[in-house]
Amino acid sequence: MNVQAEAMTDHRTPTQNEESAESLLQIRGLKKRFSLSGDFLDQLRFKGGKLVRHQEYVHAINGVNLDIHRGEALCVVGESGCGKSTVARIVMGLITPTEGEIRYNGERIDNLNSRALLAYRKRMQMIFQNPYASLNPRMTIQQTLEEPLRLHHPDWDRQKVVTKVEEVMHSVGIDPDWGKRFGHEFSGGQRQRIAIARALAVDPEFIVADEPISALDVSIQAQVLNLLMEAQQERNLTYLFITHDLAVVEHFGTRVAVMYLGTVCEIANTATLFSKPRHPYTQALMSAIPRLEDDRPQHVRLEGEVPTPVNLPSGCVFHGRCPYANARCKQEIPVLQTQDDGTRVACHAVEEGRL
Amino acid sequence: MALLEVNHLDVRFALRLGEVHALRDVNFTLERGERLGIVGESGAGKSVAAFSLLNLIAKPGFIAGGEVRFDGKQLNSMSERALRKVRGNRISMIFQDPMMTLNPVLSIGEQMLECLKAHRRISSKEARAIALDKLRQVQIPSPETRLDQYPHELSGGMRQRIIIAIALLLDPDIIIADEPTTALDVTIQAEIMALLLELCEKYNVGLILITHDLGVVSQVTQRMLVMYAGRVIEQGPTREIINDPQHPYTQGLINALPQMATPGEKLNQIRGSMPSLSNLPSGCAFHPRCDFIKRADGTQRPACTQQVPEFVTSGNCKVACHMVAELLDKEANDEARLKETNP
Amino acid sequence: MNAPSSALPSRWERFRDSYLLYSFKRDIVAQISLMVFIALVAVAVLAPWLSPMNPYDLAQIDILSSELPPFWVDGSDAEYLLGTDAQGRDMLSTILYGARVSLMIGFGAVALQALIGVCFGLLAGYLGGRIDAFLMRLADIQLSFSTLMVAIIVGALVKAIFGGETFSAYAVPLLILIIGLAEWPQYARTVRASVLAEKNKEYVDAARVMGLRSKRIMFRHILPNTLSPIFVISTVQIANAIISEAALSFLGLGMPETHPSLGSLIKAGFDYIQSGSWWITLIPGAVLIVLVLSINLLGDWLRDVMNPRLYKG
Repeated sequence: MNVQAEAMTDHRTPTQNEESAESLLQIRGLKKRFSLSGDFLDQLRFKGGKLVRHQEYVHAINGVNLDIHRGEALCVVGESGCGKSTVARIVMGLITPTEGEIRYNGERIDNLNSRALLAYRKRMQMIFQNPYASLNPRMTIQQTLEEPLRLHHPDWDRQKVVTKVEEVMHSVGIDPDWGKRFGHEFSGGQRQRIAIARALAVDPEFIVADEPISALDVSIQAQVLNLLMEAQQERNLTYLFITHDLAVVEHFGTRVAVMYLGTVCEIANTATLFSKPRHPYTQALMSAIPRLEDDRPQHVRLEGEVPTPVNLPSGCVFHGRCPYANARCKQEIPVLQTQDDGTRVACHAVEEGRL
Repeated sequence: MALLEVNHLDVRFALRLGEVHALRDVNFTLERGERLGIVGESGAGKSVAAFSLLNLIAKPGFIAGGEVRFDGKQLNSMSERALRKVRGNRISMIFQDPMMTLNPVLSIGEQMLECLKAHRRISSKEARAIALDKLRQVQIPSPETRLDQYPHELSGGMRQRIIIAIALLLDPDIIIADEPTTALDVTIQAEIMALLLELCEKYNVGLILITHDLGVVSQVTQRMLVMYAGRVIEQGPTREIINDPQHPYTQGLINALPQMATPGEKLNQIRGSMPSLSNLPSGCAFHPRCDFIKRADGTQRPACTQQVPEFVTSGNCKVACHMVAELLDKEANDEARLKETNP
Repeated sequence: MNAPSSALPSRWERFRDSYLLYSFKRDIVAQISLMVFIALVAVAVLAPWLSPMNPYDLAQIDILSSELPPFWVDGSDAEYLLGTDAQGRDMLSTILYGARVSLMIGFGAVALQALIGVCFGLLAGYLGGRIDAFLMRLADIQLSFSTLMVAIIVGALVKAIFGGETFSAYAVPLLILIIGLAEWPQYARTVRASVLAEKNKEYVDAARVMGLRSKRIMFRHILPNTLSPIFVISTVQIANAIISEAALSFLGLGMPETHPSLGSLIKAGFDYIQSGSWWITLIPGAVLIVLVLSINLLGDWLRDVMNPRLYKG
């Protein structure tokens, strides 16, 4: 089974070493916490007759390392609050990380100012979740699509910009005649096409897609997913694809990273992960997908719910819900370890062979 | 006689740019203890269908025709007072967003007791006992403390469990669940669905499950309706429809799922999108997106663009499609001819 | 919503099908208010051509025909429809010119408020942090002085330093400045609140990812989406500014009597109300009330239309 799975992935990705120089994007030691305590005056508290400064944080990301290889679609899955969208937003420079580095083509980009980042903005683009919010309601489609071109190609004349807009509209399957209309005149699927066109307009090589289809209807999801795959083939794009939908991952992803509470618990080639999930959380997640098959839901029941990221559990963040947790899991934080088939898992039970 | 019977239900919305026909000629029945799924994309009318069962359609919507019969009584002509005795009591509802149903300034206990006392003449002590029992049934840990907590103190999954407990409070005959797990995470969603299924089976409660998720429907329900642009286009036993859908739209919906395609290959998409209810195409509303408006020999089937399809029976399913009707006709003719030639 | 048909609606067609026009057609109060308001603005703007005499021209004033009552009262003179004031000026002309001054100050002050308030609100909301804290504290301080207090202090200072003559000569720009400066926090707060809501929407993230500068994001992307609340408070603010000006003039800190606004007319006539010449104060008073009321009613209607929570298309 496993051999077969490996063979299946082969035609899509040449086997790659995790630390290979082919990485287009490297995420190293990424941490992000958000303050919950407001500004300085709000943080002051009286404790035992003394004025102390009290601060609370949401630990959204706690040490994430990821490599995104050229030409692949790396899917990041996890449930709400696992930090997957935060990773995407940090990569795009919408949020500054608390710790860690982001390297693009070997160059560090997380500490650049906005002027220095401009060159990278042309190469990295983003597609958002909600097509109803990602288009400016007061701008026409034409204006929306022309804006990135005018910014990144100030030397282009009007005719060249218009031609390019027309071309990119064609490539995502929207009629160029619709340019004078506003976003709200379109359906969700069409709006998402327009948002994709905006991202593709500057001919990027890397696209971060944050749940791009979860706000869409089933029949439209397929259209948009096909469009993204076509674009990948035609333009040799690299994707960082954030989603909670494992069925989509199975179809779309070259590799998958599973996240839980701000840490990556398993990274594997898609086929390997689906045929042989290692981490107990991955297993639970997989068993929860509603399938069309006959049998009754036989999912792995997890105890309790995701703990709050304000007070992180000690040791392995998953230990409170894990059926295999022991004393070591409660104390020691597991690190990602490479298995025989290249899968990397952060789990003491897997490491010790208990699972 | 079925417990719930919906005949020729017709719902319209009077909007400023004209009247919109949200539901046309919807017919279905629900037996005691049966689980029915209503599937469709946004704008198909599935939520309107659910709300109109209890006459909960808000202005500018109104029921323009047809009837809803529950236990022999016609619900849509009932007085508001009589309806209130049915709502929550014999038919209860679960909504997508638990925070819409739970009042944020009342504790869980207050809300449950209020609901019980509104419909039954019982003491607070008895009501509390019933509430605790229901919380235990939905597997909420330490129910006593939960009763005194407020909705914002609980997680999303816990809230949806409370909602189920409230829905079960008065031992209803039917639960109408409108996208009950859409707002939840996959693992929580699976647990809530399993719980709902288990409780419905245990207490023989009927369930009308409204969802866009074919996976959920196939796992929970016995029969299903597929809706498109305000009409039911296919109905029948869930297994049969999932395994062998007849209507091109149902086929398209199932084939569009990523799990139906080889990883890395193109998905089988349906082109276009659902028409707006105020501007429906002529004939079959699905025809602009349908691959079967031409016959196998390439000739046009004029009925598709001219005539609204009637239901035809195919096996245990009913399908509203000209193509299916034509195929069935042909089969019947062939059979008749066979019988004639060799009696 | 389906694929839009190929024909593109023109601006006029968009307006014709809009909810704004639809609700206006169904709201009789809004229609009357708009008519009254437009009529008042029109006669005020056209005052030099409409009014029988020029109240600023001392040569046209005849002191002998002072305190004549309006036409429906005994002893009136047909030449002066609404009578004359204590200096013998034609009331109708004076009111038309006065309304002109009042409206000019009202619109001018609101334009200034909006300019300051919108810029500060955008900066505070979009940039956040220390700039936000500083600007909003500034707004709090400004709000804790009442408009009248600021006006009285500034007005008294200017009068004391430059003398009454200079004050009179520059009264209109001064009043615009005073009322404009006193009320900018209303705008700043409203704009900041809607900027905070808009800032988290994905189209702003998309603009940032594109690499646009903050200035362009603020003015090209966010500002157009905060226009609805700006329009709504503008109506209230114009009415308020006109009232403030009237109050200042009434207190003697506004327009001089030689160049009267509605407020200074009311003040001028107030001394004669005891002597039976009620029209000098009451007629400009009524005009002021009608003007402010029509603006406020229009504002109410606009707020109902533009409130997204009430809007159901």
